[in-house]
Amino acid sequence: MALNADAKGQWSGPAGPQLVVDWIKCEAHGLCAELLPEVVSLDDWGYPIIRGPVPPHLEFLANRAKAACPVLALRLTRTR
Amino acid sequence: MTVTATSAGPATGTFTARLLAGLPADGRVLDIGGHLRVHGLLPEPRAHRRGEPSVIAELEAAGLTGRGGGGYPLAAKIRAVRSASGLTRRPVLVVNGAESEPASRKDSVLLAKAPHLVLDGAQVVADAVRAREIIVWLHRGHGGGPSGSRTAVERAVAERDDRGMVRQPVRVVVGPARYVAGEASALARHLSGGEARPQTTPPRVSERGVSGRPTLVSNAETLAHAALIARHGADWFHQVGTPEEPGTLLITVFGAVRSPGVLEAAAGTTLGALVHAVGALTAPPAAVLVGGYAGGWLRPTEAWPVPYSRAGLRSVGLAPGVGLVGVLPADRCVVVETARLVGWLAGESAGQCGPCLNGLPALSAGLRQLAGEVGRAVRATELPARLARWAGMVDGRGACHHPDGVAALVRSLLTHFADDVAAHADGRPCEAARTVPYLGYLPLPAPDSVARLDGALWR
Repeated sequence: MALNADAKGQWSGPAGPQLVVDWIKCEAHGLCAELLPEVVSLDDWGYPIIRGPVPPHLEFLANRAKAACPVLALRLTRTR
Repeated sequence: MTVTATSAGPATGTFTARLLAGLPADGRVLDIGGHLRVHGLLPEPRAHRRGEPSVIAELEAAGLTGRGGGGYPLAAKIRAVRSASGLTRRPVLVVNGAESEPASRKDSVLLAKAPHLVLDGAQVVADAVRAREIIVWLHRGHGGGPSGSRTAVERAVAERDDRGMVRQPVRVVVGPARYVAGEASALARHLSGGEARPQTTPPRVSERGVSGRPTLVSNAETLAHAALIARHGADWFHQVGTPEEPGTLLITVFGAVRSPGVLEAAAGTTLGALVHAVGALTAPPAAVLVGGYAGGWLRPTEAWPVPYSRAGLRSVGLAPGVGLVGVLPADRCVVVETARLVGWLAGESAGQCGPCLNGLPALSAGLRQLAGEVGRAVRATELPARLARWAGMVDGRGACHHPDGVAALVRSLLTHFADDVAAHADGRPCEAARTVPYLGYLPLPAPDSVARLDGALWR
């Protein structure tokens, strides 16, 4: 298990940006869950469930997931 | 269910007529003469404090929050619109009188009986944001309500025009009869020439709303309170209600009660007192619906002592919603009624967001099976867990809050009526659910078949 992971294997270190889904644009292509399974899983209909903020060391992959979305339904936002 | 008590528990509450003060006994509208006799003239908006009209600080001190379901502070909305607007970008004020909740009558009663108070409030807020236009947004074809409100509002605008009281042009627009058409981004889109479906935020309507202008959308009741705060001040507003939630609320009470209707009560009045105030129960109660069709269910004995306030309802996992208390009598089934409501709400989805488009029909089908409507009563012990899972999968996952409301309704059934749900899932539905034919109790609007056929659903 990685450093900075809690009992469930979820990142518990400093929080990075948040992936935000545009629900009107999203068409359940599922690429985000393929590219970033650490943060994104899919619901019963194939739409993304964002489980939490992106860990800093995965920001590169989060940006790739955002760019790979065929309908550009993902945003990365920094709160706080 | 074996509830026999027909009394509705401890009756602690304050009923103060503020918005509904001075209404003619014969049920007619309070015309401009009557309105000025009861409430007096609106003060001129001259005073400024810290670079903004002083009425904004007064509304903030009053703690007035939105009464359309969102509960957002009006003063914060005004400031957001002011900071997004400029000399060449003057904002639009929308008075939201859509009242899409099928059983709610509070806004239509207010607009039909006391339209001048709402228009006064619109005037106060329009002055505070320097709006170029006021739009009154109503809802098409609401059982008797909207046509009455439309006539009353248009007549009131004409009366004000005759007296030189109109500072901004006022326009009445009647939108499509869809549940989500009263959502701020949906009505802003319709008023900009599009369909009345919600849009992704940001941008918020306070930044880009009607025709790209900063837009303040406020519920009709909220504005009526603002009209009285502008006259009497924040301290007066705090004289009733709780310190955290001051003022009065309009609440529609309906169902198995002697004289259903709209009440004005101090925030914090118990559900029992509200039911008592409309002449108590006409039958033993099975369940109490609070906040709207996208609200939540409570067991009657649990419901009566709960104060109608954000804090009070939060303690039982619910929210004030639009101000609604519905009593389901014991000869009807809370599981079947939830299935009916969710079926209707699923059909009211704008169909834009995947979780709502898929999840609401899934919840509806699961509930119908639980209710015993599909293939009659069957054992399906996994259904409650599946419904809870789907409720979690629609909650907070849409452009608007429509799926969140459905999730809340389903969860309230699973939480507060767990044993009824378990009995249904075990193939042992209650006697009420086995009554054939089962007559639906909570009123649902008839499908708008003409609009559906000509494709004018959202226009």
